[in-house]
Amino acid sequence: MIMKLVSRRLLVSVLILLVVSILVFVATLLLPGDPAQAMLGQQATPERLAALREQMNLNDPVAVRYLSWLGGLFTGDFGYSAATSGPVSELLGERISASLVLMGIAALISIPVGIVVGTYSALRRGKAADHAATITSLVLAALPEFVVGILLITLLSTTVFKLLPSVTMAPPGEHVWNYPLQLVLPALTLVLVVTPYIVRMMRATMIEVLDSGFVEMARLKGVPERQVILRHAVPHALAPVAQVIAIQLAWMAGGVVVIEFLFRYPGIGQALVDAVANRDVQVVQAISMLIAAAYIVVNLLADLVGIATNPKLRTESAR
Amino acid sequence: MSSSTTPTDMPAASIESEAQAAPGLLRRMMRQRQAKIGAVLTGLVLLVALVGPLVLPWATGYSSTAFAGRPFQADGVFGTDNLGRDILSRFLDGGLRLLAYAALATALGMVLGAVIGMTAAYSRPSLDNFIMRSNDVLLALPQLVFALLAITVLGPEGWVLVTVIGITHAPRVARVTRSATASVITEDYVRASEMYAVPKWKILLQDVLPNITGPLMVELGLRMTYSIGFIAALSFLGLGMQPPTADWGLMINENRIALMVQPWGVILPVLAIAVLTVGTNLLTDALAKASANLNAGK
Repeated sequence: MIMKLVSRRLLVSVLILLVVSILVFVATLLLPGDPAQAMLGQQATPERLAALREQMNLNDPVAVRYLSWLGGLFTGDFGYSAATSGPVSELLGERISASLVLMGIAALISIPVGIVVGTYSALRRGKAADHAATITSLVLAALPEFVVGILLITLLSTTVFKLLPSVTMAPPGEHVWNYPLQLVLPALTLVLVVTPYIVRMMRATMIEVLDSGFVEMARLKGVPERQVILRHAVPHALAPVAQVIAIQLAWMAGGVVVIEFLFRYPGIGQALVDAVANRDVQVVQAISMLIAAAYIVVNLLADLVGIATNPKLRTESAR
Repeated sequence: MSSSTTPTDMPAASIESEAQAAPGLLRRMMRQRQAKIGAVLTGLVLLVALVGPLVLPWATGYSSTAFAGRPFQADGVFGTDNLGRDILSRFLDGGLRLLAYAALATALGMVLGAVIGMTAAYSRPSLDNFIMRSNDVLLALPQLVFALLAITVLGPEGWVLVTVIGITHAPRVARVTRSATASVITEDYVRASEMYAVPKWKILLQDVLPNITGPLMVELGLRMTYSIGFIAALSFLGLGMQPPTADWGLMINENRIALMVQPWGVILPVLAIAVLTVGTNLLTDALAKASANLNAGK
C-alpha cells in the first residue's frame, strides 16, 4: 500500500514538472520579437538574423522547439544567453554549487536550532523564556527576507558595528566557500527567516505530545524526565515538524533569490535577477526550471516523510 | 417575537443574551493584547503612508522627486540621497503605492481563490479533482519565480505586479477555502436550501460564504502580509516600481550603497516595512486564535 502511495506521488511530481516546463516555455512565446533578435539587437541585418534563427532552430514548429528544449534540460544544454552570447550552462555551473552551499549551511544551522528552541519553549510553556521565543519567532516570521538582511547589514557590518563584510566578493574562478567570513551574513539571514517556522511548529506539536497519555504514563512509572523528553516525546513531535522543515527548504529555493541579490552573492538567484533585468529569456527559463525542480523535489520529500511517519497509512488503505 | 415585549419574558431574554454572549470574531480578536499592539503598529504606518503625501510640501518644502542638488547633505530632517533628493519627502510619499498595490493584489487573490475553492468543493468529484490538481501545478512554482517570469515577459508595470501576485495567491487561498467549504456544505441548512432548489451560486453566497469568514479572514491577513513583502521585495530587486517613483522598496535599493554615509535613506523605509508587516502579522495571528477559539484573549 505504501509503495503504491509513493509511486503515485512520484508520478504526480513528474507530471507537475512537465506542466511547469510547458508554462515556462510558453512564456517565451509571448515575448515580442524573438530570441535571435534579442541577441543581435535592433541593428542586426536580416541575413544575420536568418542565420542565427536557423542555428537556434527558431524556424521549427513550436512543439519541436519545446521538445528539443526539454531534451536539452536533461543533458545540461540550457540554450544560449542573450546577454553574454555564451551557453547558459557555463554561466550557471559554478553558481549552482554556490547557492547549494549557502542553502546547505542555512539548513544545517536552522534545523537543529529550530528543534531545540521549539522544544525548550514547549517545556517552559507560559514562562518568560517561552514568551520571548514565541514573540521573537512571530516578529521574525513577519519580516520580509530582505528586511532581515538589511537590518543585519546595518547592525553588523556598517552603521552600528563593523564586524562582517556585507557583500560577497570572491575573485572570479575562486570558490565562495574559501571566504567563510563573507558567507556569515547571507547564511545568517536565511537562518533567521527559516527558523521561526520550525520553532513554532516544534513548540505546538511538542506541547500536544507532552500532554498526551503516553508521556504521562512514562512519567508515572518513574522514567527520568530527561529520558521522557528525549526518548518518548521528541521523536513523536518530529514527524509533523519534518514536513515543515521540508517546506522551509523548498521555500529557500525561491527565497534565496532576494538574499543573494542583497549580498551580491554569486549564486543562481543573483543570476536570475540580472537575467530578468536584461530580459535574457533563456537564462530566466533555465533558472526558473531549476528552482521549480528543486521546489518540487523537496515538496515531494516532504510528502514522502509525511507518508513514512504516518502509521495509519502503513496499514489502512489510502482512500 | 411579539411576546418579548411582555415583562414576564425578562428572565428568558437575559438567558438568551447570556447564551449568545460569544462575541463576534473581531471583538474576540481585539480582546487580545497582541492584536492591540498589532493594530497600533499597522495604524502608525498606514497613517504615514496615507497622510504623508498630503502634507508633503508643507512639511518638508520638497516634492518627492525634486532635486535639492546637494547629495548626502544634512539638509532637512533626514538629509538628502545620492541624487540630492530630500529623504523625508520620499519616505512620506513612498508608502501609498506599496499599500495600494498590496491591497489590490490581495483582493484579487482572495476573490479568485475563494471562487475557485468554493466551486471546487461544491462540484462533482471529477471537476473538484481537476481544479485542485491544476491548483497543485500553480503551487509547484515558487511565487517569486512566477512573478519574475511574468515580469520578464510583460515588463515591470503596476498591473503586472498586482495581477501576477494576485494569481500566485489564488491557489493558496483556494486550498484553504475548499477545505473550509467542504466542512460547511454537509450542514443541514445547506441541505434545506438545496431542497428548496435554491441555485448553487446563491447557496454558496448566502449559506456557505458567511460561515467560512473565519478562515478567509485569517487567509486575508496572511496574504496581505505576504503581498506587502513581495511588492517591496520586487521593487527592492529593481523589478517593481521604477525610478523616479518614490517607493519604500526602491528607496532601500537606491540608498543601500550609501548606508555608511546616509543611513536614513535605508533605515526609514526598512523600519516602515518591518513595523507594518509585524503589525499585520500580529493582527492575523490574533485573528487565527479568535477564529479557532471562542475564549481567545480571556
